[in-house]
Amino acid sequence: MEYIDRLPAMDLMRSEKMMLVQLIIPVESAHRAVSYLGELGLLQFRDLNDDKSPFQRTFVNQVKRCAEMSRKLRFIKEQIHKAGLTPSPSPAPQPDIDLEELEIQLEEHEHGLIEMNANSEKLQQTYNELLEFKMVLQKAGDFLLSTGSHVATQETELAENIHVNDDYAETSSLLEQVGSNFQEMLPGPSNQTGVRFISGIICKSKVLRFERMLFRTTRGNMLFNQAPTDDQILDPATNELVEKIVFVVFFSGEQARVKILKICEAFGANCYPVAEDTIRRRQITREVLSHLSDLETTLEAGLRHRDKALISIGFHLAKWMNMVRREKAVYDTLNMLNFDVTKKCLVGEGWCPIFAKTKIQEALQRATTDSNSQVGVIFHVMHSVESPPTYFKTNHLTNAYQEIVDAYGVAKYQEANPAVYTIITFPFLFAVMFGDWGHGICLLLGALFLIAREKKLGSQKLGSFMEMLFGGRYVLLLMSLFSIYCGLIYNEFFSVPFHIFGNSAYRCRDTTCSDSRSVGLVKYQDTYPFGVDPSWRGSRSELPFLNSLKMKMSILFGIAQMNLGIILSYFNARYFGNSLDIKYQFVPQMIFLNSLFGYLSLLIIIKWCSGSQADLYHVMIYMFLSPFEDLGENKLFWGQNVLQVILLLLAVIAVPWMLFPKPFILKRLHTEISRSVIHGPWNL
Amino acid sequence: MYGFEALTFNIHGGYLEAIVRGYRSGLLTAADYNNLCQCETLDDIKMHLSATEYGSYLQNEPSPLHTTTIVEKCTLKLVDEYKHMLAQATEPLSTFLEYITYGHMIDNVVLIVTGTLHERDVQELLEKCHPLGMFDSIATLAVAQNMRELYRLVLVDTPLAPYFSECITSEDLDDMNIEIMRNTLYKAYLEDFYRFCKTLGGATAEIMSDLLAFEADRRAVNITINSIGTELTRDDRRKLYSNFGLLYPYGHEELAVCEDIDQVRAAMEKYPPYQSIFSKLSYGESQMLDKAFYEEEVKRLCLAFEQQFHYGVFFAYMRLREQEIRNLMWISECVAQNQKSRVHDSVVFIF
Repeated sequence: MEYIDRLPAMDLMRSEKMMLVQLIIPVESAHRAVSYLGELGLLQFRDLNDDKSPFQRTFVNQVKRCAEMSRKLRFIKEQIHKAGLTPSPSPAPQPDIDLEELEIQLEEHEHGLIEMNANSEKLQQTYNELLEFKMVLQKAGDFLLSTGSHVATQETELAENIHVNDDYAETSSLLEQVGSNFQEMLPGPSNQTGVRFISGIICKSKVLRFERMLFRTTRGNMLFNQAPTDDQILDPATNELVEKIVFVVFFSGEQARVKILKICEAFGANCYPVAEDTIRRRQITREVLSHLSDLETTLEAGLRHRDKALISIGFHLAKWMNMVRREKAVYDTLNMLNFDVTKKCLVGEGWCPIFAKTKIQEALQRATTDSNSQVGVIFHVMHSVESPPTYFKTNHLTNAYQEIVDAYGVAKYQEANPAVYTIITFPFLFAVMFGDWGHGICLLLGALFLIAREKKLGSQKLGSFMEMLFGGRYVLLLMSLFSIYCGLIYNEFFSVPFHIFGNSAYRCRDTTCSDSRSVGLVKYQDTYPFGVDPSWRGSRSELPFLNSLKMKMSILFGIAQMNLGIILSYFNARYFGNSLDIKYQFVPQMIFLNSLFGYLSLLIIIKWCSGSQADLYHVMIYMFLSPFEDLGENKLFWGQNVLQVILLLLAVIAVPWMLFPKPFILKRLHTEISRSVIHGPWNL
Repeated sequence: MYGFEALTFNIHGGYLEAIVRGYRSGLLTAADYNNLCQCETLDDIKMHLSATEYGSYLQNEPSPLHTTTIVEKCTLKLVDEYKHMLAQATEPLSTFLEYITYGHMIDNVVLIVTGTLHERDVQELLEKCHPLGMFDSIATLAVAQNMRELYRLVLVDTPLAPYFSECITSEDLDDMNIEIMRNTLYKAYLEDFYRFCKTLGGATAEIMSDLLAFEADRRAVNITINSIGTELTRDDRRKLYSNFGLLYPYGHEELAVCEDIDQVRAAMEKYPPYQSIFSKLSYGESQMLDKAFYEEEVKRLCLAFEQQFHYGVFFAYMRLREQEIRNLMWISECVAQNQKSRVHDSVVFIF
């Protein structure tokens, strides 16, 4: 016991000693103090306004403003992304601006961008419409060239429209008047009986349903012609690239026209008038084309203007985003503080590790001088009844291991930290499974690459997968080193054995034994000096041998690890002065584990050393089933039978010892304490 | 096979049940509602919601908010979740999920038809439609002049087509007709849904028939109350009631002849589950009935989550979310119109 007490303090094992501190910060230096503390990152504020909802807190307006600014920044970022630009920090150093100024600037930028977008959107829409019109003119023109034949087919279908061809000559002249009117949606002639048509353009995905709907409404009295456009065009309404189809519907009757127009509207099909006369059509096409080229130049100029504006914002974007995020964090923290009675100071409470006290005081001092405050920040330690938070100081080697352990559970304040052992055991146990020095070398190269480029990779944003690899680079390094070690023991290089440590200890008895590799071999020199003899490779008993070796090894490792865990719990109990845990948890656990599995480990080691052929399964199973029976040929040492009975008895006693007393004792203590008047902090 | 769902349910339904239970844990709690009710402006509501699962949907909205934006974004979240579940679902769960949306489809059809009758712009109407009840050719509804056309042109392609068989007439559409059409459709829909759940069997059938029976009974009461004093005859009224539920058939006989709210009350109080609802109301009052029914429904929906291995949780979740969105809409409206005293009138706490 004394020896244990004299051990050096286990600094690495325990989380940092914490203290609860109270800060009384004058209002004028509060913002600066909190932001300095934030940069230091060694103080955890407690939320003193837990009962208040977010919008009832003191600095809610500032938080709202920050949220609004970050929304604007997101909008700008999205715009930059949409324009296909990459925001890059400007080479020239930028002047620092404060938050109010930034807010005004952002407001201006957003306003400007929205205005520019609105302008160009309107132009873009007109441009898209004209483009569609052009398509319709081209494609529909082709149909109309062969209209004569269509009309002829219509004639046979529609009994009531016998005179279509005759009317046609008259209608074509009327068409000219109608076609000249751009805004007029209805190109068809107004003649009551004639075959008329509506031309337009529709999304490819809707065209089938559109046609079916037209067919249903007109009861089949229509002719639907369609042609795909040459390439994808922007939809005027949604501004997305879609495949579209130009259609021309021939029909007759006023009723049908109204219905068809309604359907067109419902399906989002844009109708454009097409003159039936070729000359007229050409003229319109020319006009459309000239309009299009005009619009194109205007649009381009607008885009250039916008891109320039975006690039100039892009220079600052990263910095601004960082700044706004930082401000928001500061105000969120300030919201956790309380006003004192005089309303001139903010009162905050927080946890900090004891070693950081001077650093925090320095930072607070700096904040006071920088903000020219008359009164300094008052910093004093408070007594606390609640358990402090767990804080492990890590560096970039231990950080990854700490995170692995934290994923399973965070130790309580000042409990032994298993991450210390994990640094070796985790990579080693991985290597026991991975064990191949060829693969290990590959892994090592990868890990070394990540470590060599640590500075460069650390500063940039990586993808989620790379980030994981990069975060675990030291884990990878140790894993690869242990893999090489285990690979050498297993004698596997990409699953091929090598004669690194001399020749095999086995040799053929005669020259004919090459097939029967395990029978015809004789041992002619000392055991292979390191790892597995390469002769095992490919032999008939390779698998049983290696499996048995690895399985037994795993049992030894596993039990060693479990013992380590239980021993750690002993040190925890000692540290917290909890004799209950030692008596009713640690001792029976140790006895139970070692009387069964510890005994198995002992058997394994004896078997290895003595070269006995005892069946350990049999020994372990019959230790329970018939403990008094003679072991026969499975006997490994003298007195094994008696020892087994004793161990079994110990294990049987350990179970109730482990499970029953502790809860009852805890209950008794609890009732005693709740009965007594003093409700103070108590430790078991 | 009742009671043995645990054997096989998780093969296809386990993942989605886990998902939906996860979604449920994101529903706003009473504490959230209490905080929301204290908000002074819509920005406060946004700020509070940004701490909930609605956060990412509202964060990019510029500051002068409107109630409609809040409701729209919240609905968008529900729709996204629904679509996610539908995409993951296998038969028969996917059919079940689709059934849930038919009610919205009926509402949308009625909305558009009524709108066009009053010569409203179709696009404007489309924006008001519930996104869960959208189907491809919904905008074409405006073309139809009467029921027959409505069916022949548009609805024949939709899942609602079979429900239409009862109400195909050549009469021109008017408000009364449309309302009868809505109720006939809804009746057919509920009956079909009920039959479908019965064929699924097991806990799904048990829980869903309970929930659907409540829905049917509530509709019966609402139809009765709304048709008092109109020209709807007793027989017509009787025809609109769904042919299942606690009230079927004797309660329907009584409801069909009711002439005022107190008679409805007398008829309903014979049924113990509804007694408690009506006992909350004073005589002659029907304003608070909706809320009382909603509260009872929420209670039943929450109970659906108590049992595992059935599809009722999906129905319950969708309904609870819709109730939550209704709550948010009411709170935001009250806040926007400075009527904070009325905020508790229509909010139904879920947890």
